[in-house]
Amino acid sequence: MPRLSVWMLRAALLHFGLGVSAGALMLWNKGVPLDARLWLLLNTHVEMLLVGWMLQFALGTAFWILPRLGERRYGDVRLGWAACLLLNTGVLLVALSAPLNLTGFLLPGRLMQILAVALMARLLWPRVKAFAT
Amino acid sequence: MPLLSRYYIKAGMLYLLLALLANVLLASSSTLGLPPAINTLRPVYFHLLMVGWVTELIFGVAYWMFPKFTRELPRGNPLAGWATFGLLNIGLIVRVVAEPLVTIKPEWNLGWLLVVSALCQLAAVWLFVVNTWPRIKER
Ligand code: HEM
Ligand code: HEM
Repeated sequence: MPRLSVWMLRAALLHFGLGVSAGALMLWNKGVPLDARLWLLLNTHVEMLLVGWMLQFALGTAFWILPRLGERRYGDVRLGWAACLLLNTGVLLVALSAPLNLTGFLLPGRLMQILAVALMARLLWPRVKAFAT
Repeated sequence: MPLLSRYYIKAGMLYLLLALLANVLLASSSTLGLPPAINTLRPVYFHLLMVGWVTELIFGVAYWMFPKFTRELPRGNPLAGWATFGLLNIGLIVRVVAEPLVTIKPEWNLGWLLVVSALCQLAAVWLFVVNTWPRIKER
């Protein structure tokens, strides 16, 4: 497994654990109320799980498993590292914006995510092909 | 394919079916004149889809296909794998049953079931994270 995939998959696992922790707090709170402010975690929960976990897990796995361009040739990995950094920063900005009431984080966070996805699409594009060239 | 993966993938398909059924009820509630209580199924629908279908499929395939942990224990501690499966499914099923009831029948005082469900799913997910972590590695 290439190093970029290791980082993306492990980051995805962390988002998964944290996002579900937020969900578990809300679910507990829904059954046995602890503190109404826990509902502020709803957007954090959704963001970390859908983008931080599922999207990142899919992209990290794709980078690992799609047919290569040749022996150990994954494409220009620098694009991937930039995407990894942008995606995780973007998720954190959006995830923090609701509970901290920092609405200014929302737009830059989303733009970073879009840029990250565009970079990954560029990187993976030529690798969506038949095996064994 | 290991037995545990087959359990995950088949359970996942059953949850997908349930999710789509819940979705049909939600989408047709006004057409069929269903009571507003049907809206308590919204989070149920969504988590049947995301936890029951997507997550169980991912857990099953990851357990099967990720790089080997060690030669002797290729998939880590098998007991931890089964515990994850048990906790995740108990947690999800308890939620599916209890979440609508907590709203529809508050006098039944079933809120504690959501606490049980939350703790089961929380434990399952962190178990998965801890067990999968060392299998994600460079070669
Ligand atoms: C693993 C994938 C998961 C995904 C993708 C996910 C996604 C979501 C989404 C999109 C919502 C918003 C639904 C809406 O607004 O109607 C939501 C709500 C919620 N989630 Fe999750 N979730 C996941 C797992 C979990 C888990 C494991 C728990 C609990 C242990 C949990 C607890 C909650 C709670 C309590 C709500 C609020 C429900 C309400 O509106 O009353 N989620 N989740
Ligand atoms: C991976 C697949 C899917 C994802 C990620 C997804 C996601 C979502 C989300 C986030 C919502 C909004 C939930 C809310 O506002 O509470 C929703 C609602 C809805 N989805 Fe899906 N969905 C998926 C598959 C499907 C499928 C296969 C169908 C139809 C067969 C469907 C039909 C609907 C309908 C009708 C609603 C509105 C339900 C309502 O009245 O609240 N979805 N979905």
